[in-house]
Amino acid sequence: MDGLRRGSAAIVGIAESDLGAVATEMSPVDLMAQGIQRALADCGLHLRDVDGLLCATTQSRTSGLALSEYLGISPAYIDTTILGGSSFMFHVAHAQAALQLGLCKVAVIAYGSTQRTVGRRQASVREYNPYETPFRPFLPATAYALAASRHMHQYGTTREQLAAVAVAAREWALLNPAAWEKKPLTIDEVLSARMVSYPFTVRDCCLITDGGGAVIMTTAERARSLKKSPVYVLGCGQAITHANISSMPDLTVTGALQSGRAAYRMAQLSPGDIDVVELYDAFTINTILFLEDLGFCPKGEGGNFVSNGHIAPDGGLPVNTNGGGLSYCHPGMYGLFLLIEAARQLRRECGARQIADCETAIAHGNGGVLSSQSSVILGTQATI
Amino acid sequence: VFYPRVICPLSGSEHLEWRVSAGLGTVYATTVTHPREGAPYNVALIDCDEGFRMMSRVEDIAPEAVRIGMRVRFRVHRPGGDEPPYPVFVPLETA
Repeated sequence: MDGLRRGSAAIVGIAESDLGAVATEMSPVDLMAQGIQRALADCGLHLRDVDGLLCATTQSRTSGLALSEYLGISPAYIDTTILGGSSFMFHVAHAQAALQLGLCKVAVIAYGSTQRTVGRRQASVREYNPYETPFRPFLPATAYALAASRHMHQYGTTREQLAAVAVAAREWALLNPAAWEKKPLTIDEVLSARMVSYPFTVRDCCLITDGGGAVIMTTAERARSLKKSPVYVLGCGQAITHANISSMPDLTVTGALQSGRAAYRMAQLSPGDIDVVELYDAFTINTILFLEDLGFCPKGEGGNFVSNGHIAPDGGLPVNTNGGGLSYCHPGMYGLFLLIEAARQLRRECGARQIADCETAIAHGNGGVLSSQSSVILGTQATI
Repeated sequence: VFYPRVICPLSGSEHLEWRVSAGLGTVYATTVTHPREGAPYNVALIDCDEGFRMMSRVEDIAPEAVRIGMRVRFRVHRPGGDEPPYPVFVPLETA
């Protein structure tokens, strides 16, 4: 990402669409449009200002066309990169590049999914793979469970440590009025829940909800004239290591190692400088793997790191402050919501879950079965 | 190179040939998948001795008894019907 300049672009508008279980007539593109309208209102821009459009969903093959038609716009810059749940972190880097080059002036990143309403099978059709499908892996859970088995074998990570990730996420969710889950959760409840793919019970797995949203980006100069404090893009990094879990080189080391390094280098920051951490927690092992690979603890020590409430509210490091994909919402490709929460924290708009004095945040997206990793480091005006 | 493909991902060469594996390997990762209906079953990644990894399952023992590091041997599984045969593994000691 050597062409991207630290702080050259900023997130200026953010919004979720309706979340959870939306009205049955709502389409994924409805949710994108609703998110865009709310995010534009958030920053005081109008639809006519939008000349860059970035979006992805598994429920519309040519979502860029559908959304352009729906909004009545003909974007000068359009990007429908789809690499799983991390797609939106890739979009941030692409939008920043487009803004730097003057290919557009206001870029919108949008997502929408109705997977809870229509059913996961219909929302995201699995392709037949002759080298995996005959063995009936329950994807994606089985793939992440294989990674967890390897981490437990190599580093002695325990099911209780995995459960601690789910419990911390739930504690954060109880501070977030928009979260799907409203009741406390204990380690024992995680362990005794219905088994999905060992070592995961259903409480180690992300929610299946509807939802969408939008993020509006513009140049740093223009950002300063808008309604809310700009949230600057300080660093971006990405890595793709495989598509299918049977082709992942080492199941205990993810591409977050490379994506994080690239993002830190561009941001001129190190893990110790990050105040708020938002990680794609599709499964409890994800949080442990990404904390290690992004440098918040040494490899193999993630299980210990998440124990004893260390990543819960009032712990040592605030991680997944909205309640995460495990307890807040998870509409298929969750990455956009990590960007929204990171920006919201840096704007000090998080109410009961607000992290005091935060100036920097990392939003780390994961796609496929640990396949695509993309890290975005964001900062307030004070970091510029 | 596994799975078979038309170019080599390491060298870019299209001059690839079929090689036959001895069918011996070691369990690299393992899980037991619990369907909503029906019995739980094993899904594993096997590192074959020739240096490639593949998804499969280990049969002839309880799915939760499969251990990482366990030595296993290839066996053909014939699911019947229109489904083509595919490779599974069994523990080497009992094979």
